[in-house]
Amino acid sequence: MADITTSIAGLKMKNPVMLASGILGQTGESLLRIAREGGAGAVVSKSLGSEERDGHGNPCVLESGHGILNSMGLPNPGIDDFGGEIRKALEGGVPVIGSIFASDPDDFSELGRKMEGYGAHAVELNLSCPHADRVGLEIGSDPVMVRDIVKAVKSSLRIPVLAKLSPMVPDISVTAVAVEEAGGDGIVAINTIRAMKIAPEVGKPVLKNKVGGLSGPAVKPIGVRCVYEMTSAVDIPVVGVGGIMTGNDALEYLMAGASAVQIGSGVHYRGITVFREVANELETFLESHGYEGLGDIIGIAKG
Amino acid sequence: MTMELTEIIEIIDECNNIKTLKFNLKTSAVPGQFVMVWLPDIDEVPMSLSYISNEAGITVERKGKATSTLHSLRPGDTVGIRGPFGNGFEIAGPKILVVGGGSGVAPLGPLVEHAVANELSVTAAIGARSECDILFADRLARAGAVVRMASDDGSVGHHGFVSEVVSELMNTQRFDRVYACGPEALLVKCVDLARSKGVPIQVSLERYMKCGIGICGSCQIDGLTVCRDGPVFNGDTLADASDFGSSRRTASGRRVGL
Repeated sequence: MADITTSIAGLKMKNPVMLASGILGQTGESLLRIAREGGAGAVVSKSLGSEERDGHGNPCVLESGHGILNSMGLPNPGIDDFGGEIRKALEGGVPVIGSIFASDPDDFSELGRKMEGYGAHAVELNLSCPHADRVGLEIGSDPVMVRDIVKAVKSSLRIPVLAKLSPMVPDISVTAVAVEEAGGDGIVAINTIRAMKIAPEVGKPVLKNKVGGLSGPAVKPIGVRCVYEMTSAVDIPVVGVGGIMTGNDALEYLMAGASAVQIGSGVHYRGITVFREVANELETFLESHGYEGLGDIIGIAKG
Repeated sequence: MTMELTEIIEIIDECNNIKTLKFNLKTSAVPGQFVMVWLPDIDEVPMSLSYISNEAGITVERKGKATSTLHSLRPGDTVGIRGPFGNGFEIAGPKILVVGGGSGVAPLGPLVEHAVANELSVTAAIGARSECDILFADRLARAGAVVRMASDDGSVGHHGFVSEVVSELMNTQRFDRVYACGPEALLVKCVDLARSKGVPIQVSLERYMKCGIGICGSCQIDGLTVCRDGPVFNGDTLADASDFGSSRRTASGRRVGL
């Protein structure tokens, strides 16, 4: 049997296939279900902020030819109402990572302290949501701001700090280096890419927010390229995410240098057992190609 | 499934405050499935299919902004349709009881027609505030169902709750399956009754929805998505669900009482 266990910033996982933030991460029960029934190696919550937020109006999710457009707009009940959800998710027995969003280092630190208090095994900083004002990508596209936020959160927490980055910058390696220099324990990339759908019959954008983020198969080559570039620039682990549907998709990210992967849209295309299935497909590939474990393939595409 | 823009081809005044809107649906549906209906500049809302042939339909009670907009549409107006989504009813007999309250009767129209076409014996118990609010009584009878009615004001059928009619029917007849849609308090009563008699029951639930495709999690009950794992659930699943009959999630994901 090939060894598909992995470890990210000290988080031990039975397989490298994690749930991405924003997909079925709104409740403890669904995180638990993704861990147990879905077979995910780790789960990441929906992004939590300091205040309750409804998100953008409907339509906020659309299927497009080769992906999914969403403008959820960071709906969440507020961090103070999320402790029960994290504690429920912890029953799944896999690492639970709390995603958080804010617009400045102090707020990020406060949210991180609360996630740590709830028992989350790590935090993931959302520095990349492309369709919300004054948070997400609007701060994550500034490497100086990224450095300040990561540094502040690191100094406030004992649990590992991961930063989720956007591909919508001139050079994602620059942002990755900022995370590493600030003491970040790992990087997650990519988030969705700003996109729009127009209905010609009515001559209007379909999403209520007009602009959303594109995920799914269409973005995979962009994600693979970003992971390849970042892992050449930093030594901290990188988690690859974007358009992973199959074991082969995951292999592309791992061979580009990712230490683990996350799946979001794939839950729509293959159902919640996509995590278990992709992990099985990875294991089968490793065995049939004579690899002993993930360590044999991570980054091999770089030669 | 991508959104299809389509024209409203027919509008039927069903009863007080309830209209049916018909449109062409490219993908075939089964009874119990729903569509997301986009009203440009207004909203996008989930609606059970009340007709499931190529000329499909939704049957809408006017309640808020989106449903008022649906009521103001005319033939030739354009809406966006995503779907059909969700699982639909598993229809099996030979003798079934179908229970509907208010506009919850909407998805039971195609269910009854499908059941009768498959030679099942169908009894339908439907209720509403008043005679003029009763939906699909003629349609269900025409399809071949034995129809029993209840009204809050006694203007038609049993004077009282439809659950009382259900209780009487289940105490006097043996049904092989029960199907229900309507206010959740009614569904809770139906699930309790059916389970106490060992009769399999499926009910169709309603929750605030965003994506419709099982990824955002807005419509969850106990970790299950109403849009994808439902909207039709087995009574046994719901009996263990702490949210059933008691709580829902708001747009922010916060759990609140029903």
